[in-house]
Amino acid sequence: MSQRFKDIDYIDLLLWLFRAVIIIIVIWGTVAKIFLGRGNAYTADDWIDFFVSGLSQGSLYALIALGYTLVYGVLFMINFAHGEFFMSGTMTATVFVALPLSASGFLDEHPIIGMLAIMLTAMLISIGVAVLTERVAYRPLRRAPRLVPLITAIGASFFWQYFFRGLYGSSLVPFPELAVLQGKYNLFGIEILKTRAVVVVASVVMLVGLYFFVMRTKTGKAIRAVAEDKDVAALMGIDVDRTIAITFATGAAMAGAAGVLYGLVFRQVHFFMGFVPGIKAFTAAVLGGIGSIPGAALGGLFLGVIEAVGPPLFLEGLGIPGGHQLKDVIAFTMLVLVLIFRPQGIIGERLAEKKA
Amino acid sequence: MALLEVTDVHTYYGNIHALKGISISVAEGEIVSLIGGNGAGKTTTLRTISGLLRPQHGSVTLNGEDLHQYKAHQLVSKGIAMVPEGRGVFARLSVAENLEMGAYHRNDKDGIADDLKRAYALFPRLDERKTQVAGTLSGGEQQMLAMARAMMSRPTLLLLDEPSMGLAPVLVELIFSTIADINKEGTTILLVEQNAHMALQVAHRGYVLQTGEIVLQDSAKNLQRNAMVQKAYLGID
Ligand SMILES: Nc1ncnc2c1ncn2[C@@H]1O[C@H](COP(=O)(O)OP(=O)(O)O)[C@@H](O)[C@H]1O
Ligand SMILES: [Mg+2]
Repeated sequence: MSQRFKDIDYIDLLLWLFRAVIIIIVIWGTVAKIFLGRGNAYTADDWIDFFVSGLSQGSLYALIALGYTLVYGVLFMINFAHGEFFMSGTMTATVFVALPLSASGFLDEHPIIGMLAIMLTAMLISIGVAVLTERVAYRPLRRAPRLVPLITAIGASFFWQYFFRGLYGSSLVPFPELAVLQGKYNLFGIEILKTRAVVVVASVVMLVGLYFFVMRTKTGKAIRAVAEDKDVAALMGIDVDRTIAITFATGAAMAGAAGVLYGLVFRQVHFFMGFVPGIKAFTAAVLGGIGSIPGAALGGLFLGVIEAVGPPLFLEGLGIPGGHQLKDVIAFTMLVLVLIFRPQGIIGERLAEKKA
Repeated sequence: MALLEVTDVHTYYGNIHALKGISISVAEGEIVSLIGGNGAGKTTTLRTISGLLRPQHGSVTLNGEDLHQYKAHQLVSKGIAMVPEGRGVFARLSVAENLEMGAYHRNDKDGIADDLKRAYALFPRLDERKTQVAGTLSGGEQQMLAMARAMMSRPTLLLLDEPSMGLAPVLVELIFSTIADINKEGTTILLVEQNAHMALQVAHRGYVLQTGEIVLQDSAKNLQRNAMVQKAYLGID
């Protein structure tokens, strides 16, 4: 027994304590909420509401997180400009497609065609921005130390923010409301906001589609081959540069679509709108294990739900008022915790050891 | 004119002068082996031929066509396939997907299906493990997969980098008899080995590489009898 305890040093002990404290706080808050009824009284419908809104927010995180995970998979680089891929497509589609279609009444007459046109525009613009960024800012640095492209990505992020601010101005642009999406669906007696339902369904369809693209198609397999070994991939006849560009484009297409869904929910877009969802989605990708596609999807959903349910549950239970404003604290606390305790992510594998 | 002509090639890693003017020729239908100790430049030679490295000086031609106007991935359709050192299987792709990647540049579905059947016939072990991810295969199975994958591109010239490395003697025998079979079916082979004994048995001709220079070249039979080769690479005093 003395042998067993000899190996434990103070840092480990401290980390264990830290872990225990966090768990106790969460459980304490939850118990206090459920059994002592601290804070606001919520009905079952309220809880369902929190959960569904978390799910819809989380599916947006999931879509954006895919871009981080795909790019990390092939380049081992965190593409901090990914939030701007998300923003650029939606802003452009809103200004040039959504608002004109809405003003002419087309959007309400043919909502499906209209939405598809908006989505397609957003995805194409996001893809264009992503491919351009990869070509100009990242590709020349492919053999540079890993910190270099990271810093470049931050620079690219600023560049695109101010580029689109220059184009569209710095004020909020309203995203048109769709008449068909007002109100709620009744699903087995549960009332769900139509926009949220559409967001969840659209996201799930895209996530599944992407999974099949990466797992089943020749191009998807090439992406996975490049992620494992670029030299060997080239020896197989795979054009590595082109495959990396396709990887960026794929992630950007998902981000562009997510941006339009974001517009549907929040009904406004802005040149800075990529920042917070970008960081949240990065958190989701890390939570799920960066590099893993199912991980990004689950990480996104998990983060969305925790952010929505966490504040009314354990934050209110702890007697913290205005818990909803603290949802970012929950998200980033989770990021820090995962990085400390489980850097491979919740379901991810140990990338660092194998690849480094 | 030989199928492959490497003429006075110099390749550098930064300041390191790894190949100091190497000339090798491989005629159609031959097995040529390149032997040499650790760090002699064998891998560098193959990587230069396959386009992963650019020589500073000198030329590499296949059927008289200069290869360095192409990028590495374009050389596959020119007929060059390579089994890299350490096998280089895609560990997280299944066996079947690895083989599919070998045929990446091809679009003839029927031909690919035929070649897949032949690959499985050549290595029945791979057939049993089709759906398994390659990372879970044993070293020998990975070597079989790497060779089968390279053959999926229907190469005219196959480059093999130490296929016997780290394998049990039984498997080494199997790999070398497969090399002979592949060659009999018409594929020209440039074989890099530290296992000079096996390499010279299967090859027609050989080159000896030392610190980036070819120091000897002859028929495999003569090399086996050469005193220097015996001492340095065959462990015979
Ligand atoms: N990536 C590299 N960077 C720098 N030097 C290298 C690199 N790869 C190989 N070398 C050097 O080039 C020489 C030849 O290496 P290599 O071709 O791998 O030899 P071999 O395959 O015969 O063992 C060695 O001196 C080795 O240290
Ligand atoms: Mg070597």
